[in-house]
Amino acid sequence: MEILEMLKTNILAISWQMIVMWAIGGILIYLAIKKDMEPTLLLPMGFGAILVNLPFSTVISEEIGHEGVLTTLFGAGIANELFPLILFIGIGAMIDFGPLLSNPKLMIFGAAAQFGIFLTLCTASVFFDIKDAASIAVIGAADGPTSIFVAGKLGSEYLGAIMVAAYSYMALVPIIQPPVIKLLTTKKERKIKMEYRGKEVSKATKILFPIVITVIAGIVAPDSVALVGFLMFGNLIRECGVLNSLSETAQKVLANLVTIFLGITVAARMNAEAFLRPDTLLIMGLGLFAFIFDTAGGVLFAKFINLFTKKKINPMIGAAGISAFPMSGRVVHKMGLAEDPQNFLLMHSMGVNVSGQIASVIAGGLILSFFLK
Amino acid sequence: MGINLWNFVENLKYMGMGMLGIVGVMGVIIILTTVLSKITARKESKNQQ
Repeated sequence: MEILEMLKTNILAISWQMIVMWAIGGILIYLAIKKDMEPTLLLPMGFGAILVNLPFSTVISEEIGHEGVLTTLFGAGIANELFPLILFIGIGAMIDFGPLLSNPKLMIFGAAAQFGIFLTLCTASVFFDIKDAASIAVIGAADGPTSIFVAGKLGSEYLGAIMVAAYSYMALVPIIQPPVIKLLTTKKERKIKMEYRGKEVSKATKILFPIVITVIAGIVAPDSVALVGFLMFGNLIRECGVLNSLSETAQKVLANLVTIFLGITVAARMNAEAFLRPDTLLIMGLGLFAFIFDTAGGVLFAKFINLFTKKKINPMIGAAGISAFPMSGRVVHKMGLAEDPQNFLLMHSMGVNVSGQIASVIAGGLILSFFLK
Repeated sequence: MGINLWNFVENLKYMGMGMLGIVGVMGVIIILTTVLSKITARKESKNQQ
């Protein structure tokens, strides 16, 4: 009888909001498995959303002495921004800056493609207080760890919605970017051919580059040192040539381990009360706005450069300046091939894409330096 | 959550500072990277000789 009573209590405690969150969790899992959209993050987030929205769920208990496992993990890795930073070591170890170093001028497109972040900051401030607006704007960085780091540091109460938006839109890059690019360019511009003459990049340059970037970022925006530093540390492990096993561990085991914990722990902020609010829809909309204007910023800047140069740039490569690496670079390359099967934009678009990773982290650092007081 | 349109105008300064900052930083990185590549390339060709 006691068991029946307990069952009755638990079933009666199920609210419609919980059911909606189960559906959202199910959709994230479906997108991860069936559509192969960022499965490393969407699947744990989706499952975690179901976990935290079960009646009397103990995974997010905050009772002292009996903290839930997700509460513990949240405190251990997200509230103190540890998980995204460790993940950045793995990401840095995965990045090859070679195409960028052989043509450093491409970095300017990475800068231009952060326009959407700052435009969204202004737009979001109409609806939210400035720190929340800044946290939402960083969704446009198309960089999950940076979004989590900045939102965490600024103490945004919308961390759950921001993380879901950031990772969902990263996965939707192949759907969001092409229409924006086509709207802003003519067929003739999309057919512009760019020859690639890969200049040899010395090993010394590849080793010194991460160190130089860290020092510059640290001087300009001290709040970005952790982000930039860990990204460049991972890259230095890769490029030094004497730590191959560490590099491999960082790229595979470390990145995968942290991703598992990050994904499921993000769900600690996906309980129905925190997530099912009108603000969440608005945040998703503003995140999309940021993405679109980041893409537009890069493309329009490339078109602007073309007004002054004899050797024309294919403006599509500007769109690769968002940080969604390597997806954005591949999207631009595919669009180039679709217009002209002889036009191989991959090395250019990857160079720009990689510069976007650096630029987005610096943008995050600048945002922190403006608002972290 | 309220709506305050004036905030958009007021916060344009952050857009200006942010874009200027990021273009400036990337500009410095471009220059340093170019110089770095030239120095290391020159050293390597000297070593080869």
